[in-house]
Amino acid sequence: MTPVTSASTSPAPNPPAPTAERSGGTGRPALSHRLAERGIDRTLLLLLPGLVFLILLFIYPFVYGLGLSFQPMHGSGALYNYQKFFSDPYERDTIWITLKIGLPAALINVLASVPIAYRLRGRVRGKRALTTALVIPITLGTVLTAIGMIEYFSGTGWLNKILIALHITDIDHPVPLLHNYWGVMLSLLVSGFPFAFLLTLSYLSGIDPSLESAAATLGAGWWQRFRDIVFPLLAPGLAMTFCLNFVLAFSVFPSAVLLGDPERSTHVISIAAYDAAYQEYDYSKASAIAMVMAAVMLIVISIVLFARGRLYRGSSGGKG
Amino acid sequence: MTDRTSPPGPVRAPAREGQFTHLRLDKVSRRFGDKLVLDGLDLRIAGGEFVALLGPSGCGKSTALNCLAGLLPLSGGGIWLDERRVDTLPPERRGFGMVFQNYALFPHMSVRRNVGFGLRMRGIARQEARARVDEALRLVQLAPYADRLPGQLSGGQQQRVAIARAIVIEPPLVLMDEPLSNLDAALRLDMRTEIRRLHQSLGLTTVYVTHDQEEALSLADRLVVLREGVVQQVGTPEELYRSPANPYVAGFMGYRNLFAMTVTGGEGGHATARGLGIELTGVAGEGVGSGPATVAIRPEDFLVGEPPADAENVIEVGVEVVEYHGRELAVQARLPEGQALRLRTSTRVERGETVRVWVPKDRVLIFADATAISPQPGPPQSGAPDATGSGQETAAEASAS
Ligand SMILES: Nc1ncnc2c1ncn2[C@@H]1O[C@H](COP(=O)(O)OP(=O)(O)O)[C@@H](O)[C@H]1O
Ligand SMILES: [Mg+2]
Repeated sequence: MTPVTSASTSPAPNPPAPTAERSGGTGRPALSHRLAERGIDRTLLLLLPGLVFLILLFIYPFVYGLGLSFQPMHGSGALYNYQKFFSDPYERDTIWITLKIGLPAALINVLASVPIAYRLRGRVRGKRALTTALVIPITLGTVLTAIGMIEYFSGTGWLNKILIALHITDIDHPVPLLHNYWGVMLSLLVSGFPFAFLLTLSYLSGIDPSLESAAATLGAGWWQRFRDIVFPLLAPGLAMTFCLNFVLAFSVFPSAVLLGDPERSTHVISIAAYDAAYQEYDYSKASAIAMVMAAVMLIVISIVLFARGRLYRGSSGGKG
Repeated sequence: MTDRTSPPGPVRAPAREGQFTHLRLDKVSRRFGDKLVLDGLDLRIAGGEFVALLGPSGCGKSTALNCLAGLLPLSGGGIWLDERRVDTLPPERRGFGMVFQNYALFPHMSVRRNVGFGLRMRGIARQEARARVDEALRLVQLAPYADRLPGQLSGGQQQRVAIARAIVIEPPLVLMDEPLSNLDAALRLDMRTEIRRLHQSLGLTTVYVTHDQEEALSLADRLVVLREGVVQQVGTPEELYRSPANPYVAGFMGYRNLFAMTVTGGEGGHATARGLGIELTGVAGEGVGSGPATVAIRPEDFLVGEPPADAENVIEVGVEVVEYHGRELAVQARLPEGQALRLRTSTRVERGETVRVWVPKDRVLIFADATAISPQPGPPQSGAPDATGSGQETAAEASAS
């Protein structure tokens, strides 16, 4: 027993029991109860591993990088790296290049996943097979997917062979889908769609199916049910799905190098950071670029989440 | 409730347009996999009628209702509104109003928009829609809550919104799937009255699903008792209560004592059965000859104490459990061979006591059907709680009796 509790609960041997009770109970509940009222109890320990993880792997590197970015290797002034980045069009434009790939990719993934997930929301034959098929690209990783896409989309790949066989194009003018913007975009769609689809499907299954039944009995056809019931209840989840997909797309690196045109049209911001760190060995500059990258993502996510905050976000009546 | 001032008895509003004279279910069947959940349901419902589908959990009531609403396709049979076949129409083209067990209110819409949803889908002009929504909300006494979200209302208020939403479109048929089973006891009684009042003032044809026989008896013009997808009996509450067609229906109508005995003789419409260490004489049902039979007795039909000289069916039982229910006691006793017997009495009895009880032979029903003893009789005294009804059953029945 701890000294505190033994002091308060074991009175001197002389006084009779009632006195002891009175002196023990000062009219206030035990400390542990009062703490529990405020949500402080031992289950808080469950958060500890996560907290340690967060500090070691996220907050510390972030703070370290932030500090580093203000200690430029060349030039003078804490903001030198940032000034340099924003004054050099080649570097500055990486923001737009990345946004131009990331925003449409995330948007297309979310929008494409909605009708498919909606169609597959209930019990549908073959749903599990399809879900599995969609998870595979996630497990294979971007590099393997990229190599597969090179096989498929190159000038001598299957796609162009088919197009040539169908006389849609000819052998001298294959459809250019590699080493340009479209190569990276396609790879982001392939890798991001399953992710968006699975998230959307799980958000959809959180919507009570009897809401749609109710709408149907009230005279709503499938489009009205989707527009007035399902979509409004799904929208907050879609916003979240968009954010996650955007973050993935915004930090695109392997496919921008392998399938894109990393010097020009797909010179995305992560390549700029990589070049700074491993071509120029300027970690301070690389940190600054990483900070810019984080800031842009934060801005986009804040805008989306602000819009989401204006939606209905309560219970959707389902199992979720 | 509010119709205290209106004259007693069912006052029906004149039939409105869109009304029909008959809804006909013709051998409606539904299977899930190879399980036949609804087996050839035949039913004729007159316009303006209030019909209750009664049966224990899992007997196919919701399936029947969903088939009617168009939410489930039929596996066989047809549904006809007068001469129009409706079972091939999707739910949105049938225009039946439905009230769900879990309310199914749209959580992101205000009460007003919830109630107005059906009108909006029908393209009713905004002004008229608003007036009708206000009227419907007044009818269910929720006018002050029009601008709240459903999540901000109590269960009873939510269910009233659901009812308003279903009736505001003035559907030819209103379907209700255990609308009261998620409410607490007192509220259930209030809402029951309210539903009856709405039906009497609007005259909307209603099919009401419940596992609670008291609810069915008090609300419906006609009852349909279902068992594993098969209709057991159709009739007015009085017909079913007086003369259940088989032990299963009897169990639902409050005959909680169902004894498997053997008929040994009989005369003049009565039969005598032996078994379980006792002998009972009662009204012989259809087809009762000699042989195995089921004997059904209501707990409240037993009399307790020193039997008069002309007492019929006197038996001696050992008192095992005594529950105090206010005006009377609910007693569980044992027959000589150990079979449990339930009775209700205002006579004081003690646990462990051996008492003599008797029951007039006209209060005893004897059925030829010896196999159909209900596993789940659901009368008011203690009921067999529906799986979905959770623990509210006991409280509800205590206050209801
Ligand atoms: N979607 C379904 N798939 C398979 N079986 C079902 C389905 N819905 C209901 N059932 C079965 O049909 C039977 C009747 O169900 P239901 O109509 O919901 O009963 P009730 O409403 O009377 O409680 C139950 O045995 C249930 O298991
Ligand atoms: Mg049901």
